[in-house]
Amino acid sequence: MAEQVVIPGWKKWFENIGDQVWFFFKFFRNIFTGGFEWSEFVRQCYEIGYRSMMLVGITSFIMGVVLIVQLRPTLVAFGAASMLPRTLAVSFVREIGPVIIAIICAGKIASSIGAELGSMKVTEQLDAMEVSGANPTQYLVVTRILATTFMVPLLSVIGDAIGLFGGFLALNLRDNMSFQLYFTKVIGSLEFTDFIPAFIKTIFFGFAIGFVGCYKGFNSNKGTESVGIAANSAVVTASLWIFVIDAIAVQATSLLFYN
Amino acid sequence: MEKANEVGIKDKPKSREDVVIAIKGLKKSFGEKNVLKNINLQLKRSENIVVLGRSGTGKSVTIQCIVGLLRQDAGSLKVFGEEVSEMSDKELKQLRIKIGFLFQSGALYDSMTVRENLEFPLTRILKLTDQAEINKRVEAALESVGLLEAIDKMPSDLSGGMRKRAGLARTIIVNPEIILYDEPTTGLDPITSREISDLILSIQKKYKTSSIIITHDMECARMASDRVLIMNEGEYIAEGSFDELHKSNNKIVAAFFKDIA
Ligand SMILES: Nc1ncnc2c1ncn2[C@@H]1O[C@H](COP(=O)(O)OP(=O)(O)OP(=O)(O)O)[C@@H](O)[C@H]1O
Ligand SMILES: [Mg+2]
Repeated sequence: MAEQVVIPGWKKWFENIGDQVWFFFKFFRNIFTGGFEWSEFVRQCYEIGYRSMMLVGITSFIMGVVLIVQLRPTLVAFGAASMLPRTLAVSFVREIGPVIIAIICAGKIASSIGAELGSMKVTEQLDAMEVSGANPTQYLVVTRILATTFMVPLLSVIGDAIGLFGGFLALNLRDNMSFQLYFTKVIGSLEFTDFIPAFIKTIFFGFAIGFVGCYKGFNSNKGTESVGIAANSAVVTASLWIFVIDAIAVQATSLLFYN
Repeated sequence: MEKANEVGIKDKPKSREDVVIAIKGLKKSFGEKNVLKNINLQLKRSENIVVLGRSGTGKSVTIQCIVGLLRQDAGSLKVFGEEVSEMSDKELKQLRIKIGFLFQSGALYDSMTVRENLEFPLTRILKLTDQAEINKRVEAALESVGLLEAIDKMPSDLSGGMRKRAGLARTIIVNPEIILYDEPTTGLDPITSREISDLILSIQKKYKTSSIIITHDMECARMASDRVLIMNEGEYIAEGSFDELHKSNNKIVAAFFKDIA
């Protein structure tokens, strides 16, 4: 009896993996088949990128401020208050910025893609597109996944800048540091090996957000409640993927750069 | 024999085929539930078939099999002489271009205006680029369903009946050779219903399209049908012209016609 419960679970799990591989394959093939949907791509970039700017900006700003306020007492105790800009810059650019921003984007973007495509599935719009001989993968999936893959890294860079600026303001609550000095310290402490691996990581984050959102939406069931389920599981799965990718990325970068 | 047949069909111009859809012994079940038990149907060129049947008997499932949205468990389903379940993605796409499908819900793309909905098949499938021609066709299609004034509205701003008519306009705009209508008049007022039935008839006359029309609307069945099929529990139990079935003594058949004078 117990075995009977386990086996279908595994079977389903493997089917799911197979489905995702197939979905990825279809996405990949459709990037290169003719008729790229430029206007839909641009619209998605606007929806995904521009519309998330505010949220990403506010979050990053607060993170920058909070980090400085939190780090300050410890560094002062060690007599290393002058290390504050450097500490913030490295931790924000390498890790905190990309991950926080990706998680925010998972919450905002993956869920909205999941819900949008899920409701198109429920109302037979995906079937209608398929049946008309048009290509829903090309029109809906390729544009969205590519848009997140481009926009999440861009949002991360913007978020990094805003976060570091937030740090500067927080620093000036206590200390008096000119922007010029802060800027020189930050730039001086950042190396390409801080920025580039983090940037590459965000490309994968962006891809994961778009992919999971599209996959969950396309594979939702046909009932109104499944729209909510698609959106919800898109956020959860995308967030999980972000941490998994982060774990892999940190291993890869420390092997490649920090040895 | 199979081989010869295949070659024969490729050589033959499409217009000479008399039977556009041939279904034999089609079966389809979802899990335990046998929805289609034994479907046999032949749709001839420029013929309108009306399918009547109670809710949940598998009328929509049948036409979803025809366009390859669902795959049958057993039986043969040929469109233009070729087995749908054996088609490659590319062949299936080619086939779908020739088949118009009106969804029961209309299935308008709700991120686009009505105009963009209608432009979608023109630019994506027929690959038209001349904006003047596109506009002309969009307006003509909307005119024919009486929806020209809603051209720049979003689907969410339309009533249920308007959405259905917009869906119909999107289906007919590419002039398909076969049209599958899933309840084209359900939810419409009697006057609009009659206009839609007239439209279905005039499309058939004008473009020599073949259609399968699923409906609960007896007026539409009377006006638009060359032949009527009655479906019950996954099978067709009666077939004939509207008038023939009207006189039938079969209890199930008579139940559909009982309100008709
Ligand atoms: N994709 C699916 N998965 C599982 N079951 C399905 C699916 N599609 C249809 N069914 C089931 O098949 C049966 C027949 O459905 P179908 O939509 O063909 O009915 P119908 O004859 O079109 O009814 P109506 O007149 O209400 O539209 C229903 O019981 C439905 O629950
Ligand atoms: Mg139906």
